[in-house]
Amino acid sequence: MKVRGGVKMTRYEYGGDEFIFVELSEEMSLEVNFKAMAITNRLKEERLPGIIDICPSNSSYMIRFDPDRTHPNDLISKLRELEESVSSDDIEISSRVVDVPILFDDPWTHEALMRFRDRHQDPSSTDLEYAARINGFKSKEDLIKAITDFPFIVSMIGFVPGLPWCYQMVPREQQIEVPKYVRPRTYTPERAFGFGGAFAVIYPVQGAGGYQLFGIAAAPIFEKEQRNHDFKDSMTFPKQGDIFRYRSITMEEYEEIRKKVNDGTFRYLTKDITFSTKKVLEDPKAFSEDVLRRLYS
Amino acid sequence: MIKVITPGLQTTIQDNGRIGYYEVGMPPSGAMDKFSYIVGNLLVGNNENAAALEITYMGPTLEFQEDAIIALTGGEIPPKINGQSVPMWEALAVKAGDQLSFDFVKNGARVYLAVAGGFDVPLVMGSRSTYTLCGIGGLDGRQLQENDILKIGNENIRPAKIGARIDDSFIPQFSNQHEIRVVLGLCSYRLTEESKERFFSIDWIVSTEANRVGYRFRGERLNFVERKQPFGAGSNPSNVVDLGYPIGSIQVPDGIEPIALLNDAVTGGGYATIGTIISADLNKLAQVKTNESVRFVAVDIEEALSARKEIKDKINQIKQQLC
Repeated sequence: MKVRGGVKMTRYEYGGDEFIFVELSEEMSLEVNFKAMAITNRLKEERLPGIIDICPSNSSYMIRFDPDRTHPNDLISKLRELEESVSSDDIEISSRVVDVPILFDDPWTHEALMRFRDRHQDPSSTDLEYAARINGFKSKEDLIKAITDFPFIVSMIGFVPGLPWCYQMVPREQQIEVPKYVRPRTYTPERAFGFGGAFAVIYPVQGAGGYQLFGIAAAPIFEKEQRNHDFKDSMTFPKQGDIFRYRSITMEEYEEIRKKVNDGTFRYLTKDITFSTKKVLEDPKAFSEDVLRRLYS
Repeated sequence: MIKVITPGLQTTIQDNGRIGYYEVGMPPSGAMDKFSYIVGNLLVGNNENAAALEITYMGPTLEFQEDAIIALTGGEIPPKINGQSVPMWEALAVKAGDQLSFDFVKNGARVYLAVAGGFDVPLVMGSRSTYTLCGIGGLDGRQLQENDILKIGNENIRPAKIGARIDDSFIPQFSNQHEIRVVLGLCSYRLTEESKERFFSIDWIVSTEANRVGYRFRGERLNFVERKQPFGAGSNPSNVVDLGYPIGSIQVPDGIEPIALLNDAVTGGGYATIGTIISADLNKLAQVKTNESVRFVAVDIEEALSARKEIKDKINQIKQQLC
């Protein structure tokens, strides 16, 4: 964060002649993510001419605009106004809670991570064992419990279509943090569940990747054939602001879900939710319990 | 219909791009040299967004199974019909049975083949552009292969005049040394003052990693301002909390080799971006090859906007000449 005379300064930057990038903070926090969401939600509602894309991200956001229809400086003035008008201490957010089944320690990501041990910080253990150790957990089971006990907010979408960056809704001292691979892998299985920095992700398609691999999602988050219910309107499932609850499943349940996905009959368990960011920040444990109650009742 | 006898190195169907899906991580794809692509469509009387072939480095051999009007624009990969040289930047008549082929690339890197009516493939999220990573758009989401059959559509809005060509003054000239204009910014605060200065004062060499996703440049190491890494940013000094990457933005992972992100690039990630290539010069970069040298030139936003307007004006003049 740029601090000038004790005031935190947001950075407004040109991304060439077609983009504006706004960095609200250099560091990640739930507060700043909520603020980016509030500003970009307001901007969407305003339906200003010449705006092509509104991309909220973790602690920043980005706008793609048509400079033939709006001058970037006018747009920046507008964004500054919006920033001032949005209260950052309490924002009401409407989104979805989603049950996301994960098979941890699965054979597919295990095969991939063993193939690239020479690119890892600790070639002698698995990614789960390494992450558990450096985060002070007694075992990989304890790490999995920490991931599945509290929900995550989808704080940004991108990299490739549909990839959700997920930030756990817990106080900073409880956040899990892991480094990315020393050198990225050239292969990551489709639907791999990974962790890098303070973010959990699901890889939508097979490809390169540098996040620690913990497991595999049973259901897709990107489906170009658009066969299953959740993909009827869009090839990508996650939406910024979604709340994902990662649930540890058995191989048996994994296979049942895979069969449904292949038959085109899978559907995510989701519930609508409206929440106050103040309540989340004040009592994440109560919020988490509320989320689970809504989801599974 | 047009039959693909040999596909060339990387030939894909592209249009103006898949616009408006950046938010879900979908890059725009689309023709990399938009100027040449649009002029091709104008020459054959097409809607400006009609799908064309983007041909890279080495051209395909195509057999026309029906009469057609085509135009070839962009870099200089000399075209031939039935073995006879034909001009670029001109509307050409092709007869059923004719074969279009290409000599080795002389200048530039990409040629656009526009056909009156455009190439007919399904629209995916409003565009016919090929995005190979996810396998969508174009012909089955991939580059052309031997024996593919291409259908001609009906995106023509005016009758094409055979022999119509644009004024020579509008034809871009390509060399082996390029100046690419950049608006410094985004997370450029992460670079030391010295590295910012060096970025704009050395010749960068285009590496072998130069494709529709991005171009990687060899030169010298750039350094980041020392700091305690902010929470969530990752441990490398080139890391930032993951953020959105503009098209044309430049990042320098670990300070080693700058990468310019282009039409099929990732839309976000955790490397500090230091500036953005102006939209007018993305056309130019599309015609730069591996081992050629690039000098980045710092410009401000007003210059970026006037360069953009210049291209728009040129296209309007070409339209008036042709219509």
